[in-house]
Amino acid sequence: MTEAIAARGARPWEDPAVAPFLQIRNVTKRFGSYTAVNDVSLDIYRGELFCLLGGSGCGKSTLLRMLAGFETPTSGQILIDGEDMSGVPPYLRDTNMMFQSYALFPHMSVEKNIAYGLKRDGVKRAEVATRVTEMLSLVQLDGLAARKPHQLSGGQRQRVALARALIRKPKLLMLDEPLGALDKKLREETQRELIKIQETLGVTFVVVTHDQEEAMTLSTRLGVMTAGEIMQVGTPHDVYEYPQSRFVADFIGSVNLFEGRIAGDFEDHATIHSPDTGSEILVSHGISGVKGQPVAVALRPEKIAIERRLPETVANRLRARVEDVSYMGNLSVFHVTLPTGKPVKVSQTNRLRSDDDAIRAGEEVEIGWDGAASVVVTA
Amino acid sequence: MRLRALAGWLRIEGRAAVVAVPLVWLGLFFLLPFVVLAKIAVSESVIARPPYLPIWDWAEGVLNISLNFGNFQFLTEDPLYLLAYLGSLKMAAVSTVIALLIGYPMAYVIARAPSNRRNILLMLVVLPFWTSFLLRVYAWIGILKGNGLLNGLLMATGIIHEPLVILQTDFAVYLGIVYSYLPFMILPLYSTLVKLDEALLEASADLGARPFVTFVTVTLPLSVPGIIAGALLVFIPAVGEFVIPALLGGPKTLMIGSVLWNEFFSNRDWPVASAVAIVMLVVLVLPIGLLQRTQSEKEENA
Repeated sequence: MTEAIAARGARPWEDPAVAPFLQIRNVTKRFGSYTAVNDVSLDIYRGELFCLLGGSGCGKSTLLRMLAGFETPTSGQILIDGEDMSGVPPYLRDTNMMFQSYALFPHMSVEKNIAYGLKRDGVKRAEVATRVTEMLSLVQLDGLAARKPHQLSGGQRQRVALARALIRKPKLLMLDEPLGALDKKLREETQRELIKIQETLGVTFVVVTHDQEEAMTLSTRLGVMTAGEIMQVGTPHDVYEYPQSRFVADFIGSVNLFEGRIAGDFEDHATIHSPDTGSEILVSHGISGVKGQPVAVALRPEKIAIERRLPETVANRLRARVEDVSYMGNLSVFHVTLPTGKPVKVSQTNRLRSDDDAIRAGEEVEIGWDGAASVVVTA
Repeated sequence: MRLRALAGWLRIEGRAAVVAVPLVWLGLFFLLPFVVLAKIAVSESVIARPPYLPIWDWAEGVLNISLNFGNFQFLTEDPLYLLAYLGSLKMAAVSTVIALLIGYPMAYVIARAPSNRRNILLMLVVLPFWTSFLLRVYAWIGILKGNGLLNGLLMATGIIHEPLVILQTDFAVYLGIVYSYLPFMILPLYSTLVKLDEALLEASADLGARPFVTFVTVTLPLSVPGIIAGALLVFIPAVGEFVIPALLGGPKTLMIGSVLWNEFFSNRDWPVASAVAIVMLVVLVLPIGLLQRTQSEKEENA
């Protein structure tokens, strides 16, 4: 068990001495002429809760199914705990999967569903009973052992599926959109429980999801996938704050992208000339690129200040016109346009319950941000 | 208001009309003939036209009803009838099991085939129905007889030197029944198996079950409704089967269908023939009714 990751402190992926637990090496999967997974390489470490995040059809589920053994890679190699998995059928793998549809056996009671894996392993009857009872209490289903799946609510079924997948104490647990069918409140609650269970058992989790909020909440690290390729791998913080491409910046959270070219490149700062803003944008960190190279400045809405008049100390200041204000409760989103016609999204926390002096649609304002607030992406 | 009342009335009437169609059909073509049959079964046999006496007569203000249960009693006295019933049940049961053993893998393969090939395979299963049932059974005579196709082939290839006696044996009857009723086994099995969620099979494999274990613990229990439906569709008509044993069976093949035919047409004893038919109906309906009750109870408890 790796309590270190469980406590969410250590970063084994930064430690060259730690061998990855799951290695995906140049894996490609084609269905006929369609490439579902394209040359993916990925290392996942023991005790991680890794999220594969992407839209539908991006290949994340196919990748997961290859880990479980339901699909065979067209080329490439998958190693689990140092062991090459090619040719190993699902029933001989020390991995378990929680299916998106839960795939509970409809003709078996909750208890029999959960015990299924242990019985296949030839575990003695008395031990099966104890472990099923343990599992039932871990997923808080005590007293429902005799029910059939169709007598359970969606949330309860999801717990049975989780218990059934966990009972064999697999080395690797795969979860395919585990919380997709639950409503928002239940989902948030279950996310916390899932993390708690994962920390208690120390099993390595690989979760497939299309919900970026879910990926951010759950994962130690996440991989953003599109069109069969992994675009970026990192902690939720890294991926959100340091996206490496326009796609990742745009996929995770919302973002303003200002297209432009590198105008000045210095040791500790750079300037980007952007027709979108009609100005030179100051970026107060060095960038890797050559003068004139096309880049985009990615800027999150919450990192932009909006005032009727901004102090002149703000590095990047632009005049803008408020088109629309969306009140979201916890924050307000201002849709503004620059004189160049470029729309920009700015969000602000609503600190006051009501503000008579609030900026309204139609007003001329200034927006601005610090040189460190933005990220320059080249891809 | 009045319009709504009219609409409500129409809805109720409409529903009644929809239910009425099958009810009238069943009444006309099942219940009525059954009542006639029951009436004949309790009447007295005579040499006349029709060959039985009416069960009541009206004379001088007195209604005389005479119900003759001697026909049923007669069935218990002659062991021929019991043996024929048992023979039919055995024939039907064995054929059903064989049809299940052959039909299940076929249904499974069709259900697991890629969806564009499934319809072609299903059509191949149903295709024989385009030829009359009687003709297809006749065709088997040509194949199975002493100097028929099968013996010719076996002798030409040198596997046997004397023609085998296949026609007019129980084997030929089994062959005929299984061949004729196999589609009725395959179709309900297919429709159950095609609905089986593939994720369940994957979940089973994922939890450590080898393919055979998955089949026994997941696929087979979940296809029980299809097995029951298919078995009933083969078993019931096979019990009363007459054409196949008459054409392919021999003198030793004892089935209730032939007995019925003999009583009716050779002996012209309509009352006994009717009694035979009614007993057969009871023998078939009782177990089916029981089966359905346990099934629905099971579903309620599930």
